Amino acid sequence: MSTTDFGAFPAVTGGAYAAPATSEQATAPERPAWSNVKAPDARSQPTAAVAFTNGRRALKVFLANPNALFGTAFLALVIAVALLAPVLYPDDPLSMVGKPFLWPGQDPTFPLGTDSLGRDVLAGILHGSRISLFVGLMATALSLTFGVFVGAIAGYFAGWVDDLLVRLIEIFQTLPSFVLLVVLVAIVQPSATTVTLAIAVISWPTVARLTRAEFRTIREKDFVMAARSLGFGHGRIIFREILPNALPPIIVTSSVMVATAILMESALSFMGLGDPNVVSWGSMIGTGRELVRTAWYLTALPGLAIVFTVLALNLIGDGLNDALNPRFTQDR
Amino acid sequence: MTSLLLQVENLTIGFPRAEPVRNLSFEVRAGETLAIVGESGSGKSLTALALMQLLPRAAAVISGRIIFDDRDLLGLDAREMRHLRGRDIAMIFQEPMTSLNPVMSIGRQIGEVLKAHEKLSGRAARERAIELLKLVRIPAAEKRVDDYPHQLSGGMRQRVMIAMAVACRPKLLIADEPTTALDVTIQAQVLDLLDTLRRELQMAVVLITHDLGVVAQWADRVVVMYAGRKVEQALPGELFNDPLHPYTRGLLSASPRLKHDFHYLEGPLTEISGSIVSAAGEVGCPFRPRCCQARASCGHQVPPLIAQTPDRLVACPFTSSLKAVPDAAHLSL
Repeated sequence: MSTTDFGAFPAVTGGAYAAPATSEQATAPERPAWSNVKAPDARSQPTAAVAFTNGRRALKVFLANPNALFGTAFLALVIAVALLAPVLYPDDPLSMVGKPFLWPGQDPTFPLGTDSLGRDVLAGILHGSRISLFVGLMATALSLTFGVFVGAIAGYFAGWVDDLLVRLIEIFQTLPSFVLLVVLVAIVQPSATTVTLAIAVISWPTVARLTRAEFRTIREKDFVMAARSLGFGHGRIIFREILPNALPPIIVTSSVMVATAILMESALSFMGLGDPNVVSWGSMIGTGRELVRTAWYLTALPGLAIVFTVLALNLIGDGLNDALNPRFTQDR
Repeated sequence: MTSLLLQVENLTIGFPRAEPVRNLSFEVRAGETLAIVGESGSGKSLTALALMQLLPRAAAVISGRIIFDDRDLLGLDAREMRHLRGRDIAMIFQEPMTSLNPVMSIGRQIGEVLKAHEKLSGRAARERAIELLKLVRIPAAEKRVDDYPHQLSGGMRQRVMIAMAVACRPKLLIADEPTTALDVTIQAQVLDLLDTLRRELQMAVVLITHDLGVVAQWADRVVVMYAGRKVEQALPGELFNDPLHPYTRGLLSASPRLKHDFHYLEGPLTEISGSIVSAAGEVGCPFRPRCCQARASCGHQVPPLIAQTPDRLVACPFTSSLKAVPDAAHLSL
């Protein structure tokens, strides 16, 4: 029980608190002179001092992280290369253009050499970035959409809906994901689209579980109860109230998911299960594999492209994690 | 007297293994402030949640009726109830620090309420949000409307919560310990604000509190709850001058005296021995294990509410003899 004095509040607010208020206004005359009696707590929070919103603070933390900056810069480079590839090398990168087995630097026309069939390695890597990024981004977008939807429904409604959806997620999780991927691609004709869909099919359960866990926590928060008490519908609560609060870990995961999707596409192409009509980093490694002792650059160069792109995405994920995780940002 | 807005009849709320609210009846008249007082665990908050039909998953209303505006809320389906919440009945919560969505600006949060119940464009909602911020006396409302909750102090956040609750001019506002998390001066302002808004918007307020100081100043009528039952109902003046139930007497003698020259050194604050947990599983009067006036007959059955006057109910058959006890004189305030 608080030690309130029965019926003595007007005296307290009017008398005891008037004196310090005026002395403080004398020291800080630029502050607005609103009625302290109505809201003295407002006075301690001058509007000018609270400049940063959540998003801007997170951006500041992200930009202060050199690793994250490097990742962003490298990813921007890869995206630029992917966009410019048809301009720089308008010809089909799978066509034979020169002497086979030219080492990097041997012929200035082919700065990164040629492979066993005389195809330009640089053109292959540039065009390969298109397929890698397309598959990585599209597969992540698809699995995010579906995974967030399923996870949100399961986590928010709980009960039998949750049981049903969790069983569904578990079915996918018990299957070895890469084997499932190989089977899926083997059943349908391999093309960039089907590979993307197959990768999305095997990666959505991770997102769904993460989203479900977040929703289960946030569902119990006071502001969700307040939203329900204001008569908000389920859709409004899920998408306007809970989802924005659940986003930080999902964003972080998605950057790593892009990296994983690129790796999976490369692995599929390496095994000869990729789209045979387009060049990708994985398929370049796959064709160079037999010659790894005589012409190791054929596997090493596209391999480096994969390594750096995946590294860049992981660094971005790390940076986002630091920037968006409220436990870290609150102290800054 | 004005008409009845809310009528709760024999409300019993049950968890699978316990019944934290039993046979509770009370009514709220249009435009009045009804205070529900009781210690933690007496079932105040559960009652409030039952009024909103927002009981936790495990709990359920076992019996009783909640008649609001001539409609039984327990008979409404989820959709009808959702339309009622926020528009006709609104609620503000104990914790202003966590009751606002941290990633949405307060203006948009107020706008969301308006959009949920009325067809409004984004710009109109924003203007209404600014008006509402002014209504709850937030200074520089035009600037504040884009602030996020973490930029506001506790008192300001509670004001924003109130703005959201009264956005659609509800007929009934349930305030569940609205000032517990705030310090005492802010408490007074927030309650003053609620009282002003009650008059300006002509709504009734159910004020749930454990703070008798709040009751004395802001309530029109008081219901004292103990272990899920109503033990006394009175006008605040009567309650403080002449408490009838032993529990109410105990509560009053456990709070600092009213006289402003009172110093705690002059007399001890008496406590009510035992805890509310001891009421669980009791057959007779739930207060019997802690009551200094308990008699053998108290253990036989739950004492019924006795109406002394229409507005004065007490669930203790021995009130007249208690008054004769000379020791009770120092308890009356």
